[in-house]
Amino acid sequence: MLQAILDHYNYWIAILLMMIGLYTVVARGNLVKKLVGLNIFQTSVFLLYITMGKVTGGTAPILDDRFTVYSNPLPHVLILTAIVVGVATTALGLALVVRIRESYGTIEEDELDLLDGET
Amino acid sequence: MIIALIDIALLTFMGATAIAILRLRSLFAVVMLSGIYSLLAASMFVTLDAVDVAFTEAAVGAGISTVLMIAVLALTGERERTPSHTPLVPLIVVGLTGAALIYATFDMPAFGDANAPANLHVAPRYLNDSFGEVGLPNVVTSVLASYRGYDTLGEVTVIFTAAVAVMLLLGGRKGDDAGIKNEPEADAEANEGADADSDPKSGGGGTA
Repeated sequence: MLQAILDHYNYWIAILLMMIGLYTVVARGNLVKKLVGLNIFQTSVFLLYITMGKVTGGTAPILDDRFTVYSNPLPHVLILTAIVVGVATTALGLALVVRIRESYGTIEEDELDLLDGET
Repeated sequence: MIIALIDIALLTFMGATAIAILRLRSLFAVVMLSGIYSLLAASMFVTLDAVDVAFTEAAVGAGISTVLMIAVLALTGERERTPSHTPLVPLIVVGLTGAALIYATFDMPAFGDANAPANLHVAPRYLNDSFGEVGLPNVVTSVLASYRGYDTLGEVTVIFTAAVAVMLLLGGRKGDDAGIKNEPEADAEANEGADADSDPKSGGGGTA
């Protein structure tokens, strides 16, 4: 039983974080808060991938004669790319938020809906 | 066993930080906590042997993201309003999705399983042959720059596109008026006053 929990704990926390991020994006009205939620979601996916590449007793995939077991390098490469792309999209989102604030004077979703209805 | 304990402690901290981020209304605290969250994630990646990812997450996730968000908070204000509607539907949707995903994890290979399908496909080839073929001890670098070089090219394209888009969104007004630093506040107020004026450019021109 304990072994089953230990085997899946990483996955469960990754999913918990994913759902917290998703909920923040859907249920919170502030646009900056939404972007933070998106970041939480994103990092949880990174965690999921890196978890799948871990090998028990392995070491970081940097070749050396003293080690024989290495963790899987492929998820690391994919996530390395994803982190940098993630920051690029965050920057774009934040630029949009600044622009919305300039045009409407607010970044709260409710108020934006009202303003949009008026114009 | 020690590794497992560190692993569980860090993950629990991450969960607690995420819940705090969800519940707090002060956006400054939220952004600071998201920096802490990224740093915890970076520590987590170190325990999972992904040192390159940990570097990147610490530098980019905890560093650059936080700086960008604080810069935006300076322009937009740091208080989140309490929502007027009850979040019942999102709660149900998120709960159902989470339950389905948790159910799916029981089919996943156990944590750290060396014979998991993900570890048996191309990974052994990279580990065995990359030193002879590329000549770098760090396999992650070999794969990133050589075997999956096109991926990295695509990544650079995405970053370039994002940079161009950000410059188009924020940099285009420099020609319109010189006092760009304090302009967003004045601009927004002018728009609130004029109300019907939806074009930010003409709004900015009005204040200048």
